[in-house]
Amino acid sequence: MSKLKTRFLDKEFKNPIVLASGILGLTAASMNNAVNNGCGGVTVKSVSKDARPGHPNPTMTGTDHYFINAVGLSNPSVAEGIKEFAKFKEMTNAPLVGSIFAGTPDEFAEVTEIICQSPIDFLEVNVSCPNVSKEFGTPFAYDTKAVEVITKKVKEKSTVPVIIKLTPQAWNVAEIAKVAEDAGADAICAGNTISGMAIDIRARKPVLHNKQGGVSGPALFPVALKAVYDIYKTVKIPIIGTGGITTGEDAIAMVMAGASLLGVGSAVYYRGQDVFEKINNEMTEFMKKENINSLEEIRGIAHK
Amino acid sequence: MENNNPQFIPISKIVEEAQDIKTFYFEHSLNSKPGQFIMLWVPEHDQKPFSIAYDDGKSFGLTFFKRGPTTTKLFDMKVGERVGIEGPFGTSFSRKPDTHYIMVAGGYGAAPLGFLAESLLSPPAGGGDARRAEGVGVDFCVGARNKDLVLFKNRIEKIPNTKLHIATDDGSEGHKGYITDILSNLIDSAEKKVLVVTCGPELMEKKILNICNEKNTDCEISIERYMKCGVGICGQCAVDPIGICMCKEGPVVKRELANKITEFGKYHRDKSGKIIYF
Repeated sequence: MSKLKTRFLDKEFKNPIVLASGILGLTAASMNNAVNNGCGGVTVKSVSKDARPGHPNPTMTGTDHYFINAVGLSNPSVAEGIKEFAKFKEMTNAPLVGSIFAGTPDEFAEVTEIICQSPIDFLEVNVSCPNVSKEFGTPFAYDTKAVEVITKKVKEKSTVPVIIKLTPQAWNVAEIAKVAEDAGADAICAGNTISGMAIDIRARKPVLHNKQGGVSGPALFPVALKAVYDIYKTVKIPIIGTGGITTGEDAIAMVMAGASLLGVGSAVYYRGQDVFEKINNEMTEFMKKENINSLEEIRGIAHK
Repeated sequence: MENNNPQFIPISKIVEEAQDIKTFYFEHSLNSKPGQFIMLWVPEHDQKPFSIAYDDGKSFGLTFFKRGPTTTKLFDMKVGERVGIEGPFGTSFSRKPDTHYIMVAGGYGAAPLGFLAESLLSPPAGGGDARRAEGVGVDFCVGARNKDLVLFKNRIEKIPNTKLHIATDDGSEGHKGYITDILSNLIDSAEKKVLVVTCGPELMEKKILNICNEKNTDCEISIERYMKCGVGICGQCAVDPIGICMCKEGPVVKRELANKITEFGKYHRDKSGKIIYF
């Protein structure tokens, strides 16, 4: 698997696959299983200042083409969450990406200070959850000014490199990524799920209790791919390509668009808990066939 | 890919089992196995996992205690009204010939265990496999706070080769005290290989696991954890320290696996993910 070794900022990943935030990321043991199933690193489920129960069920559903969820950022609070992060680091030395969200820029700073007391290697800043707008208003990730302010506030407090997680639904996502870079972000995650809906036609109602949810899975892939492609053109900092990656082919395409790491989440629904290993094997197989020795060789190659 | 097999189907019959306990029947071929669960959706309220109480291959039944907002809403619903059903999900109790089953039910746990006893001894009431299991006998133990809360007495009494034992906290019926008090004797006096199966409050289940460990007796336990997706994606029902999801690798786990789940009988996580001690 040495062909897949990836350097991301100051850390070496055994492969570029990172468990995406919100999937299997609640407990240390569950994240450690993802590592054993082939993840190069993991991202925790986002935590906030106070505990949140999230939305009532149904919180997620899937079809052949898309997965959709509105969990509503349930989490036991950053103070509880960091206990699990410490446990994770006792189990494995795989890189750990912390993930936070908050309602205001100052609260982002506050949560950053607390999460940085735990042994996270990176801090992902979730400014783009599509499922809590009733509470928090339009996601910050649509607004250049908000992204700039939050990035600066988090950077001031963070003791680890900061990754800003954007939404491919913002028409100007590349411009927003540039703003984050200029404000000091160390990397971009592109990106979150996009807003959507599923209706149960027999019940004649939206399936999700929250009605609206975040679309992931295969349907999201081309949208995320284009976002990564556009962002790669405008920034110099590395990108975590996330959204609908389900196969090794998807993963390779994402690297060719310019991604350094690859977030994988909903693929677990389509191909099981060992999907990470499967994608790694498929990437390696393709690289052998095409005489590619490292991912570095093909990173961003679609731009040439 | 997971097949959630979502249905939106009418309630075909409602049977009152006791005060605030009702069974809802659905004319739908679920083909579930005893111990498995479905996700039940009451639109605009919630969607929750429930283990299956009856399945004869053509229809199935779910028994509810009126407990929270979702079951309260259900109790207002009438025959003909529809609810969402997804599943069946999860693992089931083993079906073994030439085995003496000791089934220990606490509260609602009598529902899936009643289904198991029927599937072994009085098909087609037990659905799925329509053959009667050879050489099987059952001690069916039910624990409840008082005699009015003893579920499925008549149902269990109809099953061949099955002996019913009751324990109530207040002694209003059967043994006064815990149902676990009589378990050791039943294991010791069995003439065949014993399989203990249990579904009920976790601290009762933990006691049973301890007894089975002491006596080196096989057992299978239904472990309940807060669930969201039901298909092993969200990680809400992952258990420490092995991190497996109870919606996929549970709810029914064998003794060896239960012993690896060190949080069993100690704590669980609420809907936010916060650890709550029993």
